[in-house]
Amino acid sequence: MQWASVNDFLSMGGYGLYVWGSYVVMAAVVIIEVMLLRKGRSQTLKLLKRMRNFENES
Amino acid sequence: MAINLYYYASPATFYQLSGKLIPWFGWSAVILTVIGLYIGFFMAPTDFQQGEAYRIIFIHVPAAWMSMFIYLVMAFWGAIGLAFKTRLSFMMSRALAPTGALFTFIALWTGALWGKPMWGAWWVWDARLTSELILLFLYIGIMALWAAIDDPQRGDRAGALLTLVGAINVPIIYFSVKWWNTLHQGASVSLTKAPSMAKIMLIGMLVMAIAAWLYTIAVALYRVRTLILERERNTDWVKALVEK
Repeated sequence: MQWASVNDFLSMGGYGLYVWGSYVVMAAVVIIEVMLLRKGRSQTLKLLKRMRNFENES
Repeated sequence: MAINLYYYASPATFYQLSGKLIPWFGWSAVILTVIGLYIGFFMAPTDFQQGEAYRIIFIHVPAAWMSMFIYLVMAFWGAIGLAFKTRLSFMMSRALAPTGALFTFIALWTGALWGKPMWGAWWVWDARLTSELILLFLYIGIMALWAAIDDPQRGDRAGALLTLVGAINVPIIYFSVKWWNTLHQGASVSLTKAPSMAKIMLIGMLVMAIAAWLYTIAVALYRVRTLILERERNTDWVKALVEK
């Protein structure tokens, strides 16, 4: 392992902004995609349920 | 054991099967990401030319590979859909597009953050970068086309056609570093020659690439299941599922 300390790790030899800027954005878009997927599915299920209830009532 | 592919091509069976597979793909992706990051940050040494900045490679290259590969898979499903009129193929194509766009964006974003310290510029209009940007526009264009056409069948066909025409861009991206004199470096890994990087760096990158694969399969299956519910909403099995 080449890191002397946490700060050393975070500074990435002076390239911290570039390296962490890449990884943080990658993590963010993955989290956003998964959240949108979950939301999309529950919204679709809710909508279908409502349509079904409407059908049953009429 | 004989597997009947037509059986799994039915949306109802596919919905059940994919529901069981998603956690496996998803959790394997998480585990491999952890392993890949560990290799990338704690086992791989500092690069003698690029210092620590090269560590962007562990997401940049897998994202760039996925951006091209997902597009080809989309084109494949589009072609199958056009040829055999299989509903599920078009849905697969639609389910892959947002994730393809995501990886294309990441390839461009991490490329910019890597280009700045190494080349001194966030962006240059070089063949590799420009063709990758065109790929992002293709993804966005195809998704916009789908969103614009209300009739799902017409949308499917139009989208598949555009996807197939745009597929010409993928070999252009891949070979751009060979065909033109680009600022972007040539392939570090190729099928024809030994990789030009340290073994442990390569292993870290490949682990991350497999993780990206598994992630893509998991999210595409998740998305296609929602699409199946929407499209098949008038069938008995979806009605029964909704009532539960």
